[in-house]
Amino acid sequence: MAVGKVTFSKVEREKLAEVLWLLNWISVVTGTILFGLGLFLRVEIHKWQEVMSEQGILYVPHMLITTGLAACCINFFGGKICLDCADTNKFLRWKLVMMPYIICTFFFTSCVLAGALMCYGIRSQMEESLFMGLRNAMRYYKDTDTPGRCNLKRTVDLLQIQFQCCGNTGYRDWFHIQWISSRYLDMSSSAVVDRMRSNVEGKYLMDGVPFSCCSTFSPWPCIQQHLSTSSTQDKQSQQLNLWRRGCRQALLDHYTGIMQSIGLTVLLIWLFELLVLTGVRYLQTAMENVLRLGDPESESDGWILENSLAETARSNFNIIKNLGKCYQVDDDPNINVPTAAAEEELPS
Amino acid sequence: MVVMKMKFPFQKRVKLAQGLWILSWCATVAGATTFTLGCILKTELRRRAEVMDNQDIHIVPNTLMIVGLASLGINYFASKICQDALDAGRFPRWKNFLKPYFAVSCFFTVLMLLAVIMSYAMKGSLESSLKAGLRNGIRFYKDTDTPGRCFQKQNIDRLQMEFQCCGNNDFRDWFEVQWISNRYLDFSSKEVKDRIKSNVDGRYLVDGVPFSCCNPSSPRPCMQYQLTNNSAHYNYDYQTEELNIYLRGCREALVNYYMGLMNTIGAGVLSIFLLQGSVLVSLRLLQTAMEAVAGKENTEIETEGYLLEKGVKETIMEYLDPVLKFLLLKNQVEEGSAAATTTPT
Repeated sequence: MAVGKVTFSKVEREKLAEVLWLLNWISVVTGTILFGLGLFLRVEIHKWQEVMSEQGILYVPHMLITTGLAACCINFFGGKICLDCADTNKFLRWKLVMMPYIICTFFFTSCVLAGALMCYGIRSQMEESLFMGLRNAMRYYKDTDTPGRCNLKRTVDLLQIQFQCCGNTGYRDWFHIQWISSRYLDMSSSAVVDRMRSNVEGKYLMDGVPFSCCSTFSPWPCIQQHLSTSSTQDKQSQQLNLWRRGCRQALLDHYTGIMQSIGLTVLLIWLFELLVLTGVRYLQTAMENVLRLGDPESESDGWILENSLAETARSNFNIIKNLGKCYQVDDDPNINVPTAAAEEELPS
Repeated sequence: MVVMKMKFPFQKRVKLAQGLWILSWCATVAGATTFTLGCILKTELRRRAEVMDNQDIHIVPNTLMIVGLASLGINYFASKICQDALDAGRFPRWKNFLKPYFAVSCFFTVLMLLAVIMSYAMKGSLESSLKAGLRNGIRFYKDTDTPGRCFQKQNIDRLQMEFQCCGNNDFRDWFEVQWISNRYLDFSSKEVKDRIKSNVDGRYLVDGVPFSCCNPSSPRPCMQYQLTNNSAHYNYDYQTEELNIYLRGCREALVNYYMGLMNTIGAGVLSIFLLQGSVLVSLRLLQTAMEAVAGKENTEIETEGYLLEKGVKETIMEYLDPVLKFLLLKNQVEEGSAAATTTPT
C-alpha cells in the first residue's frame, strides 16, 4: 500500500518536470539568501565578540553558511536533472543518480530545519556567554596597559554608549570592581589609602560609574560619582541620570531579535525546500514506473513510499542487518540436498 | 562663422542616432541619480538643522533636485527626437519644438554646473551658520525646562559623541558658559556661593566639560572637571594630555563632514554634467544634419552638421532679442505715453 499515491499522465509528468526545474532555480536564489543571512549573523556576532566568553555561538552562522552553499549546489544540480526527466530516454542517464540525490536533498533539508531551530534555541547559551563575557570585560576595564586587554575599555565604553546600557545587570555592578587603574591613583593620599585598606582584597572600590553610563536623555548634567550618597538630589529624579538597562539584557534583546527574524526566514525556506523535495520524489517514482511499464506514453503512478512507513522501515532495517551475513555457512544451498545418484544406490 | 562643422554621411548619421538613443537613456538614469544625490544631501543637512543658524546652504540640494527632475524630462525628449530623426516623415513635427527645447536644456545644464560651483563657494556661509548655531546650542544647553530649547542638551550631547568633538572652536568654549542649570546647584553650599560671587554676571562657571566630550579611547577614566588644575588629578598635565577629551571643535568637524559629502556629490554631478552636455551636443549635430536632408529626394546623401550657425555672441543675441524686445517694447509704450502726456501741456 503506497504512501501518497498519485497517477500522472504523460502531459502531467512533463509539466511536473518543468515546474520543478523552475522551483529548483528559485531554490538556488533562496540558497544564496540563506548564505547571506549566515554571513550577516557572523558579522554581527563578530562585532561584539570581545564581550562574549565562549565562541560556541558561532556554529549557528557557520551552519547557515554551509547549508546555504549546499543548497545552491544541490538545487543547481537538481534543476539540470529535472529538465532531463521530462523525456524517458534522457531519464535513463540519471536513473542511478536519482536515489542518492534524493537522499542528499532530504539530509540537507533536515539540516536547514536544524539551523532554524538552533536560531531559536540558542538564547540560554547566549545569555550565559554574555554574563561571563561582560563580567570579565568589566574586570579588565582598567587594564589598558596589558597586551590583549588594552582595547577592552574602549569596547565597553562604546557598547554602553551604543546600546544605552550600564554594567552587567545594572549600574551597581560597577561598585563591586575596581575600574580605575592603580596607575592613576595617588598612593600618597590618605583618602586613597584608607579606601583601599577598608576593602578585604585591597581594591579601590567606589560608588561611581564610568562616563559612558551617562544618559543623553537626562535633563541635567551627569552625576557619576557618589551615587549612593547624594543628598542634594532627589532619589527619584536620580533614576534618569544613568542608563537603567543592563548590557547583558540589551545585547540579548538585540541578538534575539536578529535571530528570530533569521529563524523565521529559514523556516520558510525549509518549507519551500520540502515542497521541492516532494516534487522530485514524485517525478522520480513516476518515471521509474513508466520504464517498468514499458510504454512511454502511458499513465503511471507516483508515490512517496512504495509500502507503508512501517514496512519500509522494516525492510531497510533487514537490509542493514543482512549486510554483515555474507560469510554465514547455514545459507549455502548445496548442503543436505539429496541427489538422484544417492537415492539410486539405496535400494541395491 | 559656423561653430564646429562636421560632415555626416548616411551611415554616420545612423550610428549617431543609435548612439544618442543609448546615451540619452543613460543620461535619464544619471538625472535620477542627481535627484537622489540632492535628496541625500538635503536629508543630511536637515538632520543637523538645530545647530545651523540659517538655511542658506539648502540652495545646493534644492538646485540639484530641480536639475535632476528637469534632466529626466530633457533626456526623455532627446530619446524621442533621435528615434524620429532618421524617419523623414516624422522628423518635421519636432521643428518648432527644438529651439525652445535647446534653450531650456542649456539653461538647466548650466544650472547643474552652477550647483557644483556653489557647493564649494558656500563653505564660508555654512561655517558662519554653524558657528552661530553651535554658540546658541552651548548657551542653551542647560535650559532643559524651557519650551523650544528642551532638546538642545540631547542634541549637543549626541553631536559631540557622534562627531567626536567638543565645544564650538574647542573645549574651552564650555568654560565661558554656565552649562549646569541653577535647578541642580545646591545654593546652601559655600563653594557654589563663592564661585557665583567671583563672577561679574553671577554665573556658575566651571573649568569642566559635559560627559559627552569624553574620549572612549583614553586609557584613563575620563576627567571632566577641574581640567586646568594639574593638582586636582594624579599624574595629570592638561597641556600634554591629548586622549582624555576630544580636542577638536564641533564646527570644524561638521564643516569637514559636509564639505567631504559635497565634494563627493560634486564629483558625481560633474561627470553627469559632462554626459548631459554630450547628449545635447550630439542631438544638435543630428538635428542640423537631418535638416539638410529635408525636402531632398535621396535621403542617403552626405550632409553637414554644425553646432551654431552664427558665432556664439550672435546666437546669444538672437535668443535674448525676443526677451529684450518685450522689455523694450514696454519701455517704448511708457515713453510714448509719457511723451503724449507731456506734449499737450
